[in-house]
Amino acid sequence: MRLREAIRGAARTARLMVGVPDYDTYVAHRQAAHPGEPVMSRAEFLAERAEKRFGGGTEGGISRCC
Amino acid sequence: MAAAAQRLVWNWVPWALVALLGASSLGVVALHRGETINALWIVVAAVCVYLTAYRFYGLFIASRVLGIDPSRRTPAVRRNDGLDYVPTNRYVLFGHHFAAIAGAGPLVGPVLAAQMGYLPGTLWILAGVVFAGAVQDFLVLFISTRRDGRSLGELIRTEMGTVPGVIAMVGILAIMIILLAVLALVVVKALADSPWGTFTVFATMPIAVFMGIYSRYIRPGRIGEVSLIGFVGLMLAIVLGEDVASSPMWGPAFTFSGEALALMLIGYGFIASVLPVWLLLAPRDYLSTFLKIGTIVALAIGILIVRPELRMPAVTPFIDGTGPVFAGNLFPFLFITIACGAVSGFHSLVSSGTTPKMVENESHLPMIGYGAMLMESFVAIMALVAASVLDPAVYFALNSPAALIGTTTSEAALAVSSWGFTITPVMLDQVAGQVGEATILSRTGGAPTLAVGMANILSSAIGGPAMMAFWYHFAILFEALFILTTVDAGTRVARFMIQDLLGTFVAPLKDTKSWTANVTATALAVSGWGWFLYQGVTDPLGGINTLWPLFGISNQMLAAIALTMATVVLFRMKRERYAWVTLLPLSWLLICTLTAGWQKMFHSDPKIGFLAHAAKYSDAFARGEILAPAKSAGEMRQVIFNDYVNAGLCALFMAVVVAMVFYGVKAIAAARASDVPTTREVADAVA
Repeated sequence: MRLREAIRGAARTARLMVGVPDYDTYVAHRQAAHPGEPVMSRAEFLAERAEKRFGGGTEGGISRCC
Repeated sequence: MAAAAQRLVWNWVPWALVALLGASSLGVVALHRGETINALWIVVAAVCVYLTAYRFYGLFIASRVLGIDPSRRTPAVRRNDGLDYVPTNRYVLFGHHFAAIAGAGPLVGPVLAAQMGYLPGTLWILAGVVFAGAVQDFLVLFISTRRDGRSLGELIRTEMGTVPGVIAMVGILAIMIILLAVLALVVVKALADSPWGTFTVFATMPIAVFMGIYSRYIRPGRIGEVSLIGFVGLMLAIVLGEDVASSPMWGPAFTFSGEALALMLIGYGFIASVLPVWLLLAPRDYLSTFLKIGTIVALAIGILIVRPELRMPAVTPFIDGTGPVFAGNLFPFLFITIACGAVSGFHSLVSSGTTPKMVENESHLPMIGYGAMLMESFVAIMALVAASVLDPAVYFALNSPAALIGTTTSEAALAVSSWGFTITPVMLDQVAGQVGEATILSRTGGAPTLAVGMANILSSAIGGPAMMAFWYHFAILFEALFILTTVDAGTRVARFMIQDLLGTFVAPLKDTKSWTANVTATALAVSGWGWFLYQGVTDPLGGINTLWPLFGISNQMLAAIALTMATVVLFRMKRERYAWVTLLPLSWLLICTLTAGWQKMFHSDPKIGFLAHAAKYSDAFARGEILAPAKSAGEMRQVIFNDYVNAGLCALFMAVVVAMVFYGVKAIAAARASDVPTTREVADAVA
């Protein structure tokens, strides 16, 4: 059980390293805070995040270091 | 009573031991004057310094200086949207933050600084990170977290005023341009006349495009799966590269001069940054990020397993400023050569970027802000180790410009031996043969040196000498890959900054959806860094020699700006009795950057001072002479013009930093005049 949690944590870390937060957390948040409103599919979520990370203007995007 | 005494012992004895171990290792590193010293001493010293610094200084800043409040709701909690603002586990967020701050900087700077020996670099990396770098990252992260995750530019505007806000914006844009030029130059230097390296780097593009299509249309959302496919592709490209390089037909087809590669890179930079992000940039970001983290871990394990001896002397004769790698004395130039790893202004952009929007609790801030920077510093230490395990003669053959060591191994062996590092031409050829390259001479820019050093360490751990060439090209690929990702992403960021700035004068340019505005601003961004890149490639001293100090000055200057803002905030919080925490590193950075900037402009040695260099060429021009590398009167004029531009840029950086300090002093005076805190923190009431 503990190992499975560790792997899950590592996968979350790896995904957030490339700017993709947890999809399940997003879905849970939408359902809890905005019930009945549309929720992006996994593919839409990924596309939205990539667009925000690299194409979102000077705010909110990635400021990659040297 | 007994329990209290026991607790006291448990709390303090381990730390006393860590401090003692650190102090004795550092003592060995600093005072050892024998043949060689084991890299493990440096690693142990560094780790002990980090642990002690985090436990005592980091937590002191958290509790006393900043007054971290775990009961206060962070922006992630207040504004949770599941996308940008997400309360995130602190270890996961640590990984995110570390991946965003670690890049080519901490790998290249220490390699260049090794020309003065391993000791000066090690001491500055350790002292710099504890008192300057980690402090800056931590404070900016804290300040931004208390203000809804606002960016550095906005923080400066709200805490210091509109004018300093605009000045900082211009400064950040100039730094961005220089950064991109220098990083692109590192790639060009590593790939010039290297068909194996060039092939593997070219191969990353179709691989990335395939990954992009796969994760958009075939199996969306499977980041791990698509990254694994990409990784296998990369490894195949490295293996295949050897056959490509040795093939009489394909070898020459992938052999390019520095100039040709620079022009290709400029064209690539333009095209890549107007393509949709899912096609090339996002998938390559996966590859480069995972490869970067994986390689850093592999290098750490490799150093622990192999425990190599450092063959570079502790201190070389070049501390007097006569070294071939970069010009200028230990003070101030060592301190601007090692920027990232000790203190990097760029981190203030990351710390006020995505990370503060995901902090779950303020009590996590020291680990993420202070801790991640300590980790980056450790990367810099490993880079220094990798450069120092090389035979110093090989190090200088790799890093000296052709103008100093010639272009054949016999000339180079003679020149390097005359500096006191004995080597034969055969040995130089042998090293080139081991790593599968035609030559290792004048491969400046740090990346090839690091690659040879890493190949040495990793092949001792896995594969033996037969794997040297593979590991060398693996290291080159890993560096080139994430530099190209940075060039691509950075060009986009510079484009948005240009649109923001120009948009205030010509409103339509601000529209990020407009194709014309987009292309215009991208063209401006690319020609900005492209111009410096081309200038660097054609520079007889190898370009790195000229441009790396400019980059170092600009990066440290940004750190000075961030620390000025942090100092102002401390005064506005009415915590001025702790202001020395930021004033100490700030003063040191100001002394270093302003001295270095002044010397780059006005030093009488043409190797250091841009104006002296311009004067040398102007005088020769007036006499009708042509000095190398110029081959015509037109090129002579170009060299002189470049010198004036570089001097002008230096003056701009200095003017920006002086202006920021001026506005900082003004803001501090205003804060002192008030009896109550004047900070503009955002709290629950506003949300």
